[in-house]
Amino acid sequence: MSAGPRKKLMYLNRRAPGGTIYAVEGLEVVLIGAAFDQDVCMAFVGDGVYQLKAGQDTSDSGVKNFSPAYRALGDYDVNRLYVERESLEERGLGVDDLMPLTWEDEDDDWAEKPSIHVVDRAELARLIDAQDVVFNF
Amino acid sequence: MKIGLLVNEGPYQHQAADTAFQFAQAAIEKGHEVFRVFFYHDGVNNGTRLATPPQDDRHIQRRWTALAEAHGVDLVVCVAAAQRRGICDPDEAKRNGKDADNIAPGFRISGLGQLVEAAIECDRLVTFGD
Repeated sequence: MSAGPRKKLMYLNRRAPGGTIYAVEGLEVVLIGAAFDQDVCMAFVGDGVYQLKAGQDTSDSGVKNFSPAYRALGDYDVNRLYVERESLEERGLGVDDLMPLTWEDEDDDWAEKPSIHVVDRAELARLIDAQDVVFNF
Repeated sequence: MKIGLLVNEGPYQHQAADTAFQFAQAAIEKGHEVFRVFFYHDGVNNGTRLATPPQDDRHIQRRWTALAEAHGVDLVVCVAAAQRRGICDPDEAKRNGKDADNIAPGFRISGLGQLVEAAIECDRLVTFGD
C-alpha cells in the first residue's frame, strides 16, 4: 500500500490478555497493519507472554476470548513472534505452555514452521534497537 | 522532521493527552511537521465535544481543536475503538442507528490504517500512554 522502502515495525506486547483492553486492541493494529506489506514482527514481554498461553478460557468472565485470532497471524505474514525467555521463566512458563503457532513458508514448499521464537532479554533489546517503529501495547 | 503522535489514554484520567498536546505544540514551534495525531484505546475520548471540565481548568478537547484549526494537524479517532466507547460522527451515528453524534470539530473518525500509515510515513512515531 505504501510506495517507499519497507520499514521494520515491531508490535511490542507488554500486558496480560485480560484485565485491560490493550492486548486485543493491539492485536487489531497488527491485523490491519499486515495490509501495508512492511517488515513486521511481534514481541512479548512481561505479562504480555500470557497473551500466547494455550488453553485460554474466558467464559466465566463474560469477556470474548480473542486468543484464537493469534492463530491467524501466519496467514497475515506475521510469522516472527519473539517471546522473552526471562519473562516466561519469571512466570513459571515454558514454550510448551504457549499456543503452537505456525506459518507456511511459500519459499520452502509451504513447509509449516514455528512462528514463536524464544529469545533472551539481551537479544530482544538488540531486536528492539533494530526497528524503525515500535508500537507499544 | 515529520512526526506522528499516538495517544492511548483518555483526557483528565491520564497525563498522556496533556503531554501529547504540549509535545505537538512544541514540535510545531520548532518547525517540525506534526503529520497526524491518532487517538486509540481510551484516547478516543479526547474527541468528544460534550465534555464540560471545570472552567478554571484546561479544556483538553478545545485545545486539540484549536491546534487543528491553527496548524492543520490531522486529528484521527480510531473507528473501532470509538464505536466501543460511544464516540461517533454524524455518518457513524446514522449507520449504527444512534440518536446523536458527539465528535468534536477538527477531529475525524477513520480506521487503524491511518495509524500504520503514520508510522510508515513519519520520521518518528511518538506514543503517549502507559
